[in-house]
Amino acid sequence: MAQVTLTNVKKVYPGGVEAVKGVSFDIPDGGFCVLVGPSGCGKSTLLRMVAGLETISAGEVSIGNRVVNQIEPADRDIAMVFQNYALYPHFSVYDNMAYGLRNLGTPKDEIDRRVKEAARILAIEPLLERRPKQLSGGQRQRVAMGRAIVRKPQVFLFDEPLSNLDAKLRVQMRVEIKKLQRALGVTSIYVTHDQVEAMTLSDKLVVMNGGQVEQIGLPSEVYKKPASRFVATFIGSPPMNILPGTIDGPGIVALGDAILEARDLRADLAAGARVEVGLRPEDIEIASEGEAGSLPFDIEFIEELGATQLFHGQLAGLPFIMQAATDTISAQPGRLWISVDPDRVHVFDPATGQRLGL
Amino acid sequence: MQKNASFKGLTIPLLLLLPQLAITVVFFYWPASQAVWQSFLLQDAFGTSTEFVWFENYQLLFTDPGYLKAFWNTAIFSTFVCVLSLSIALLFAVMADRQIRGAEVYKTLLIWPYAVAPAIAGVLWIFMFDPSLGMLARGLGRLGIAWNPRLNGNDAMTLVILAATWKQISYNFLFFLAGLQSIPKSVIEAAVIDGARPWRRFWTIVFPLLSPTTFFLLVVNIVYVFFDTFGIIDTVTGGGPSGHTETLVYKVYSDGKGGSNLGGSAAQSVVLLIMVIGMTAIQFRFIERRVNY
Ligand SMILES: Nc1ncnc2c1ncn2[C@@H]1O[C@H](COP(=O)(O)OP(=O)(O)OP(=O)(O)O)[C@@H](O)[C@H]1O
Ligand SMILES: [Mg+2]
Repeated sequence: MAQVTLTNVKKVYPGGVEAVKGVSFDIPDGGFCVLVGPSGCGKSTLLRMVAGLETISAGEVSIGNRVVNQIEPADRDIAMVFQNYALYPHFSVYDNMAYGLRNLGTPKDEIDRRVKEAARILAIEPLLERRPKQLSGGQRQRVAMGRAIVRKPQVFLFDEPLSNLDAKLRVQMRVEIKKLQRALGVTSIYVTHDQVEAMTLSDKLVVMNGGQVEQIGLPSEVYKKPASRFVATFIGSPPMNILPGTIDGPGIVALGDAILEARDLRADLAAGARVEVGLRPEDIEIASEGEAGSLPFDIEFIEELGATQLFHGQLAGLPFIMQAATDTISAQPGRLWISVDPDRVHVFDPATGQRLGL
Repeated sequence: MQKNASFKGLTIPLLLLLPQLAITVVFFYWPASQAVWQSFLLQDAFGTSTEFVWFENYQLLFTDPGYLKAFWNTAIFSTFVCVLSLSIALLFAVMADRQIRGAEVYKTLLIWPYAVAPAIAGVLWIFMFDPSLGMLARGLGRLGIAWNPRLNGNDAMTLVILAATWKQISYNFLFFLAGLQSIPKSVIEAAVIDGARPWRRFWTIVFPLLSPTTFFLLVVNIVYVFFDTFGIIDTVTGGGPSGHTETLVYKVYSDGKGGSNLGGSAAQSVVLLIMVIGMTAIQFRFIERRVNY
């Protein structure tokens, strides 16, 4: 077991693409860190630098207090699960899992014991003699996991391991990965662009954008206090509504004619300054006309999602979405007065996108 | 996904097959059956009378020491050319696959020999290794190595082996390179992380995954050394000195040339045909089973 520390890590690909622009964070021993961000933000590049599959252009990566920049992948004591599983097609499931141990010169009976144990944990014992092409996607995924755990590495690295599975299997494997990681206590870094995976798996969430870290924190912190407009709209589904507003006084923003209280707002902002106000669809409550802080929402159509409903429409002339549990509102297309808890009003600087909060 | 189209009735499928069948019949089955027929005939020296002699031509063939020598020559020649051209091409392909700088130039240069006609390739090698003119022959001379392919049978064999290998490397290289590039990068990376050092990685992962390509090339190369090396042998040594570089296909030609022994020559080509069919069948039966994963 080991902690992983990244210090000002940079990656410039030959040809000049700056994929990672100075990233620093650390993952405590046994921690589960998820890197999330839009396509092309440098998540895989960062992970591959930790694995040793890409050279590190600048900065330092250390695993268990040992700087690994110059150390071969094989000697970093890591295991990686790839998006396409990368199983050896000409080996049986057993040999796929045994290969790494054989390369280390582990005694035969020890290999046998560890492969069988991993197969038992992952419930793939009946498949040990099969070739990868005779397995379903979910089974291949398990074998890839098995190959990672038999080696008992210090760190697990996952690069979008679930994105080739169907939705149902994805949920199931997600839970299993989390359980397995808890049980084994191995420090893990997990790359995904799926924010549900990111929220549910991580105990440390790193949101990346354009080769930089936007925010690091507990998933609940990132959700409740997004550090920037980017994070606010990236984490949460459907995404947060963003509306233009102005500062009306300490802790008060104006959205058109309506006045909203924002408890988290910094007090040093000049009245009249332009800001962006973020409201999550699931934080919207129903109010009545004329009530303080109520906003007029013109509903255009309603989507039924089963447990919840999505109301699409316009607020102050801008597209707006609200989410509510089914049957709590029997709203029809038309005007609805809404309000938001002052603790859940997010305010961002329109120029930098940074949160103007405490 | 359904790969096969299906037709009702037989007419359309037959019509679609017709051009292919016609070509095969006219250019393969017809000459092949002619050869078989010829091999049972004996012509007199002037070509005036022809007699049906059953297997006499074959009997003569297998008691002819010249023919048995050609067998031996072919075995040496084909083994060396196949092994050398496949292994050198594989080495080059592995190097090119590493994406070294200038890989494009390297690839293009390696592919050129394939575009050179066999006769020209032959002339090129004659010039390089000509005992009196060739740069390389003179270099060998300076190193104190006696070299004369015009007189020494082993030198001549070495020369044709080199020329034929050189000619075939590009072809093998192209296929090996394509084969290497079709191995998923992540599989190799998984092996890197699994602690396999380059040498071991090559033999346990890359080479087995390349085996369909290797198998295909083996078949192609055997057909190449048996038949297509005729032009090179003819220009470089003309089968000489005194039959030392006469392979089976070359002997078919030299014996049949001028119509002196058409029956014997036909019998030789039938033997050659049966050998290649036999070898290909064996390869498909025993090797292909093992390369399918
Ligand atoms: N080998 C390479 N050479 C040059 N540029 C590269 C290379 N690999 C990736 N890049 C660039 O680096 C940037 C980050 O790529 P990376 O693969 O890390 O993104 P990602 O966050 O994993 O995206 P995705 O979610 O689509 O997998 C991209 O702009 C990409 O085009
Ligand atoms: Mg990626």
